[in-house]
Amino acid sequence: MSDDIKGRAKSLITRRKFLAGLTAGAAATALTAGDAGAYAFEELFRQHYKRLDADDLKDILAKLEEELSFKYGKKVHAKATPPGDNTVFGYALDLSRCIGCRRCVYACVRENNLSRDPEVQWIKVLEFQKGNNKWQGLEHSNRYYNPEQVPEKGRFYVPVQCQQCKKPPCVKVCPVQATWQEADGIVVVDYNWCIGCRFCMAACPYGARNFNWGKPSIPKEEFNPDVHYLGNRPQYKGIVGKCTFCIQRSREGKYTACVEACPVGARKFGNLMDPNSEIRYILENMKVFRLKEELDTNPKFFYFFSMGTGVKS
Amino acid sequence: MVIDAINGIVRTVVSGSKEYKVWMGFLSLLALVGIAFVFRQVDQGLIATNMRDDVSWGWYIANFTFLVGVAAAAVVLVIPYYIYKFEPIGEIVLIGEIMAVAAVSMCLMFIVLDMGSPERFWHLIPMIGIFNFPQSILTWDVVVLNMYLVLNLTLVVYALSKTYAGKSYKTKLIMPLIFFSVPAAISIHTVTAFLYLGAPARPFWNTAVLAPRFIASAFCSGPAFMLIIFQIIRKTTKLNITDAALHKVAEIVTWCMAVNLFLLGSEVFKEVYSATAHIEPFNYLWHGLRGHDQLVPWIWTALIVNSIAFLILIVPSIRKNFFMLNIACVFIFIGVYIEKGMGLIFPGFIPSTLGAIYDYMPNAMELWISLGVWAIGLLIFTVGAKICIAIKTGEIGHADPSAHH
Ligand code: SF4
Ligand code: SF4
Repeated sequence: MSDDIKGRAKSLITRRKFLAGLTAGAAATALTAGDAGAYAFEELFRQHYKRLDADDLKDILAKLEEELSFKYGKKVHAKATPPGDNTVFGYALDLSRCIGCRRCVYACVRENNLSRDPEVQWIKVLEFQKGNNKWQGLEHSNRYYNPEQVPEKGRFYVPVQCQQCKKPPCVKVCPVQATWQEADGIVVVDYNWCIGCRFCMAACPYGARNFNWGKPSIPKEEFNPDVHYLGNRPQYKGIVGKCTFCIQRSREGKYTACVEACPVGARKFGNLMDPNSEIRYILENMKVFRLKEELDTNPKFFYFFSMGTGVKS
Repeated sequence: MVIDAINGIVRTVVSGSKEYKVWMGFLSLLALVGIAFVFRQVDQGLIATNMRDDVSWGWYIANFTFLVGVAAAAVVLVIPYYIYKFEPIGEIVLIGEIMAVAAVSMCLMFIVLDMGSPERFWHLIPMIGIFNFPQSILTWDVVVLNMYLVLNLTLVVYALSKTYAGKSYKTKLIMPLIFFSVPAAISIHTVTAFLYLGAPARPFWNTAVLAPRFIASAFCSGPAFMLIIFQIIRKTTKLNITDAALHKVAEIVTWCMAVNLFLLGSEVFKEVYSATAHIEPFNYLWHGLRGHDQLVPWIWTALIVNSIAFLILIVPSIRKNFFMLNIACVFIFIGVYIEKGMGLIFPGFIPSTLGAIYDYMPNAMELWISLGVWAIGLLIFTVGAKICIAIKTGEIGHADPSAHH
């Protein structure tokens, strides 16, 4: 049965390749209705990412490029860059610098092709009153602050995104292994395998997983054409997505979009296995902490204060 | 023989009193309305519901949880009859099993309705898809629910086909299955409780008392529902259900309600006396949090009706008055239903893990779709019960109605 399904899907992909060959070079080829139907059919029976062999994956990426190029009217590059050797990514955020401007949020939305309507944001910046002694449990946060100017007097800000837990509860609960941890520590979701049960959202202690409640929409002119299969390719209605440390960038040695967007340099990112990296320097020289340590999820996302504590007013 | 049987069954289902036809028509109408709304949900996605990232499970999962309890409650009949040989329950134990089949079917419908991508259901099928067993408790739930469904179907079909043929069925032959159905019933509710209590991210659920409390409340609500149905059945059909049987079931409900209230008490004590930061969802539920208090009237209603029901039930002379018993049953049904939805699933998400308060309540579409599922479930139950009674009373087939199987 499974071989049969696989075989059918494959023959469709091969047909696709043949068609792609005919129109080689053209970035945005017009798809016929029949082709689109065949795509949908193939997607229905597509296998889990980890069960795809190199050829399957190549075909699927080619198909994805074609489909997205057509839909967004620009040349799209789709890839599935694997984890690098001796690499585990880590992140550190300097709370004494963060001014709550949300530039990271918007940069993330654009970089990762997140839906604008309905609005999906992978980074949530929480605002707290200074002097609030409950903030580490994140209890009295305000995510919808909207002052004329940030930072506001008497407030401080804690941006939260996927903490890339080393013991991720989200992965444990997924009934179909649609989400897992890669060798470089990034927790990813196969958007074509997730069934949308949202068990992982109930299990994640950091509100890091977002569901696509409706059909995602991304403006053509803002579409980021450099996409990774496990990262920033457009998601579908009815599935879960999450921050991947910009897998499409980090696996090519670049900083994540949020690191680059932060105007005050509060965000630090790098390879935890590299003793000379900035992230290692911070872990070794700053008093870092992690959110909800008592749950022992073992995040690879650290917080610290480079100046004062920032909490008392 | 088989053709005969099918003929008889079809005749039984399509013919009946005027009340029966009105009831079936009413249920079919509700089911159709529900299905019409399902099309809308499939088209727009779950955004058509009131669920959002902060409260990512809602009314569907609440109904699912409640119905797992109703399904599990069949053992309340099985244990006294088969294991303790309490004969008067013999006439109704099959009806309880049919109820279990209907309830599990509704559970599965609610699960599928709650899925964001139901067309990918095959991902869950072992071998073809990837079944994350034993890590994911959800896969355990899939296993035990389906097993329980098959088990009850087997028992019902076996007993009825034997009765139809005019033979007595050998309890010995199916005894292992019957014994097995007891832990199976307990397991469906335990595993469902584990879905929630296994999430340390949600302090409101992360309490070991959740599983026993689930079972206690399930053994109240399911039988309470059945007590009312049994009275309707004995008024409208020839099936002979004795008072003794009903009183026995009512007695079991009484003690289960006592355990339920006791466990609630220990939960309240633990939260209030230790008064840690984890008390926030509890506060949200029982007296409001930072000005948000929409669940408060619901949970107090549940507590009050459950307590009144318990007071009615605890005194045997009052409990044996059918009017009072029925009040208690309706109260228990309402009380436990509220406890599972407004009292358990919603506050588990409020405040969210990041401290946000999103006041979730189902919208009209969610309510209509859920009503539709209930209607389909009741259709399954009504048809099943009608066939069962027709066979048992000898209306169709060759049963000797005067003898117990
Ligand atoms: S933060 Fe949440 S989504 Fe990210 S790895 Fe941990 S549990 Fe999973
Ligand atoms: S929503 Fe998707 S990723 Fe999350 S647990 Fe369900 S199937 Fe797995």
